[in-house]
Amino acid sequence: MSDLDLNKINNMQYDVLREIGNIGAGNATTALSQMINAKVSMNVPKVELLEFKEISNMVGGEERIVVGILFTLGGDIEGMMMFMMDKVVSMHLVNILLGNTEHSKPNEQTDFSEMGLSALNEIGNIISGAYLSSLSSLTNLTITSSIPYMAIDMAGAILSVPAIEFGKIGDKALLIETEFGDMDNYVNGYFILIPTLNSYSAILKSLGL
Amino acid sequence: MNNTIKVGMADANVCKPPDVITTLGLGSCVGIVLYDPIMKIAGLVHVMLPDSTKIINNSNKYKFADTGIDKLIQDMEDIGALKRNLVAKIAGGAQMFSFSNNLEMMRIGDRNVEATKEKLKQLGIPILAEDTGANYGRTIEFSPETGLLTIKSFGRDLKVL
Repeated sequence: MSDLDLNKINNMQYDVLREIGNIGAGNATTALSQMINAKVSMNVPKVELLEFKEISNMVGGEERIVVGILFTLGGDIEGMMMFMMDKVVSMHLVNILLGNTEHSKPNEQTDFSEMGLSALNEIGNIISGAYLSSLSSLTNLTITSSIPYMAIDMAGAILSVPAIEFGKIGDKALLIETEFGDMDNYVNGYFILIPTLNSYSAILKSLGL
Repeated sequence: MNNTIKVGMADANVCKPPDVITTLGLGSCVGIVLYDPIMKIAGLVHVMLPDSTKIINNSNKYKFADTGIDKLIQDMEDIGALKRNLVAKIAGGAQMFSFSNNLEMMRIGDRNVEATKEKLKQLGIPILAEDTGANYGRTIEFSPETGLLTIKSFGRDLKVL
């Protein structure tokens, strides 16, 4: 069992977790920016202990239609990593990447072509890879990641999946969340790192806390 | 003026006409509506997990199908509903991501639905309608005036059960 109590995390620990979000998302943002050849900036990461009912408010409401790309994490750190964007934003992103030249028929349910969907998965892969590898080198912990799992749906429904994992151990979830966007706000979204309780202990311990 | 009473994740509330009760963006969670058609009292609980007895930290009763339903019935009785009148409509329990390697995580939606049905069966509460499973999120709204459950999903037609 973990000796970490989510309700008793001190300021120092919050600062460290925020810094992890900073470094991870910083690398991920750079990767994204290179991919679309545009400047992408990010805000100061938020580390928040949230009640389940508050989680979806964080990304702009339960019913907002988003693309969620989820990775399950293994190795020394277990949990989930989620990369989340507005649906409109991700279509824009796909258009940038594929140069608007896709002629394949859009899938009725998602409005993305097969090509577009696989481009999104690849974006997710590269970005989360950048996030996780920086986290791994910072902490000296081994982190493995699953293949990307994607869903296009209401934010509340998508966030229920990590929320349920947290529900097994408590009534709140601790998230490290970073919002990113380009200058014109065409591309924006969220990186959310959701380690399990034990993994929080592992991360903090690896950094000497 | 009628109000819309909103129920969050791992939460519950009760409702009388002309108000309606809703929960937004149900994923693998299950929304359970209990309804006393005679007293026109409705209750809605948004449960996340099937079984409180398998979890150490189970202080929030509304988080689980088993204890959530019990607690919701109490809440409804407190404002005048009768247990023997109750009927149920349920929705949710989707599998949002098609996990290939984690069976337990993959089945959580199904298990929530199974546990809900099992609990309702034990209590002798009939399920009048359900929209469960599949792989998409649902927003549900119930009106105790009409007894109808409206289900909205992204890219799908509105359903009224």
